[in-house]
Amino acid sequence: MDIIYLYDGSFEGFLSCVFDSYAHKESPAGFFSGEDAVCTLFDSRTVPTDPDHAARVLRKMAALSPEAAVLLRRGFLTCLPEKELYLFRLVAKLLREGPGFLRDRSDETLYPVIRAVRHLNGEVHLLKGFVRFSDLGGVLGSEIEPKNRVLPELAGHFTARFHNERFFLYDRTHKEALFHVPGRSVIRPLADFQMAPPDEAEARYRLLWKRFYDTIAIKERENPRLRMSNMPKRYWGTMTEFQGEDWFKPRTSPEAVSGPGAPAGISAPGTPPPPGPSGPGSGP
Amino acid sequence: MDVLEKLTVLTDAAKYDAACTSSGGTRTAKKGYIGNTSTAQAGCCHTFSADGRCVTLLKVLLTNRCVYDCKYCVNRRSNETRRAAFTPEELADLTIQFYRRNYIEGLFLSSGVFRSPDYTTELMIRCLALLRERYRFNGYIHAKAIPGTSPELVERLGFLADRLSVNIELPSETGLRSLAPDKTKGAILAPMRQIQTRNRQSREELVKYRHAPRFAPAGQSTQLIVGATRDTDFHILRLTQGLYDRYGLKRVFYSAYVPVVEHALLPAKDVKPPLLREHRLYQADWLLRFYGFRAEELLDEGNQDFDTRVDPKCSWALAHLDFFPVEVNTAAYETLLRIPGVGVTSARRILSARRVGPLHIDNLRKLGVVMKRAQYFLTASGRMAEGLRFTPDSLLRGLIAAERPLLPQQEAVQLSLFDQTETA
Repeated sequence: MDIIYLYDGSFEGFLSCVFDSYAHKESPAGFFSGEDAVCTLFDSRTVPTDPDHAARVLRKMAALSPEAAVLLRRGFLTCLPEKELYLFRLVAKLLREGPGFLRDRSDETLYPVIRAVRHLNGEVHLLKGFVRFSDLGGVLGSEIEPKNRVLPELAGHFTARFHNERFFLYDRTHKEALFHVPGRSVIRPLADFQMAPPDEAEARYRLLWKRFYDTIAIKERENPRLRMSNMPKRYWGTMTEFQGEDWFKPRTSPEAVSGPGAPAGISAPGTPPPPGPSGPGSGP
Repeated sequence: MDVLEKLTVLTDAAKYDAACTSSGGTRTAKKGYIGNTSTAQAGCCHTFSADGRCVTLLKVLLTNRCVYDCKYCVNRRSNETRRAAFTPEELADLTIQFYRRNYIEGLFLSSGVFRSPDYTTELMIRCLALLRERYRFNGYIHAKAIPGTSPELVERLGFLADRLSVNIELPSETGLRSLAPDKTKGAILAPMRQIQTRNRQSREELVKYRHAPRFAPAGQSTQLIVGATRDTDFHILRLTQGLYDRYGLKRVFYSAYVPVVEHALLPAKDVKPPLLREHRLYQADWLLRFYGFRAEELLDEGNQDFDTRVDPKCSWALAHLDFFPVEVNTAAYETLLRIPGVGVTSARRILSARRVGPLHIDNLRKLGVVMKRAQYFLTASGRMAEGLRFTPDSLLRGLIAAERPLLPQQEAVQLSLFDQTETA
């Protein structure tokens, strides 16, 4: 019997659906979460998230193949349309045939998942370099606009590197943020965030970096296509070296106060300072 | 002069050094220190400059004052240019503040020869020691060892840096004599040998004592300038191979010579940098390091320069057509690596996938094989790609067409000019 599962959108919720489909001998035709529930010809059922069921599914996966468990967790973070269905098929094939087919990347069940995960991994790798922090009175803050949910994969890198710092990393696309204080870090939903204009010192370092970036290029070798293929333009929006003049003006200078409708990145005057690592509105 | 101006002058003076990698570091995060170098095996690019090159380190000179007068260099004594020098505090602050903002992976510190090699190296050591000890910086540092520096100072430098490099710059001794009269081959090779020996010792000590200090744990590299002298590709590639074999270098970088000065012994100022030649050398360099090729297989006395039309691997394949087609289901790893369009990653994937079942042509693209090139050279389960017909001549044209969109625009123009002169 084909059925649509409604779940809460979390990884554990998805694993609970997988558990239910085996418990009730149902074959899922789709997975929907939150607001995007739709009317279809299929029956639908809401599956409550059960941490115990989720853990059992994950344990089984890890026992069959540790790589498959990693693939499952990462696959869930990707922006692959209908990712739940692809992942479900992967789980089903793994339970049916065992882990042998995982060695062949061109397998038709495996390939779409691997490709999506590679897209995620690629984005994570690039963002390790392209994230730009601003010093906001001792707290480092940054914004990114990724296609995949990269924060869980980026967290380890940045918390190890800047373990002594207090910082946050806001994901505009998925409206969530990674908060870190020495010894502790969490990822929490955050509906909205506006970066405050920089103080003198911050504006100065932004300018120094921009100058370094502009100077290091060799004019005789200019190659915009190569730059674009190495660093696609969709990342430029959040990178210091590609911001307009206003980004480099400290908030004390009168020009920086440009009223509502201020250009990208600079919030209007009167914007509350950014939240600290335990900032407001960060609870689910 | 304020820091912004100094940064401008000293970045401008450092930009012709091609080496900019942060790979091979092994520093893990340490309590009370800022940073690490263990991002990934592959290093990490923080941005790409307008010329498309990876920027990973803050690449500056400590000073561009120089007592040497190397003809090819912007910083030579006789050149009228603005001179500047960072104080160690200024540079350390800049590094830390850039690093905290995730602009960079670390520092690349080079310098003009101020007063003497020893004096300059002492300044560099003072700066790096400040960074490591007072500012507690645990990120990546690449430092230049200046030829002619005393061994004691190179030793100290090596314990502060992750990677050291000594630039050979000119690939032959005649080139050195005419263009860099203050440097000698011996003065360049001595520190390279010392770094190699010391690095090996340090690894041995590390086996015995877990906390033994590490000497340049990310190894050493060097740079060769391409196109300033008349040296052939064969000469450069053999030199490269010798450096990998005998000096254990991690990388050899090639830098297409950008004419910055008018001199009778150098190419004229309106000559374009030989970017395509540099590209071919890098391709060949990869073949040496990861594909099991030897320099003598790629070029020889009768064939001293790379074919500008196709890459070195295709070039080799075209000269050894009897070696092909290779059957992907049975060939050994080393044989797979010889197929144009098959790389280290796709060869490994082929090995893994064929254990599950026989491979067909349709599987190969999903395994990462570049079929545009590879289709001419392989069979899968005894069959070539469907409908593929070719003669040696159309094969060459197919390979040229497959690579052309990947070459920089400027190169395509250069290439067509080259074709004209060749047919004329």
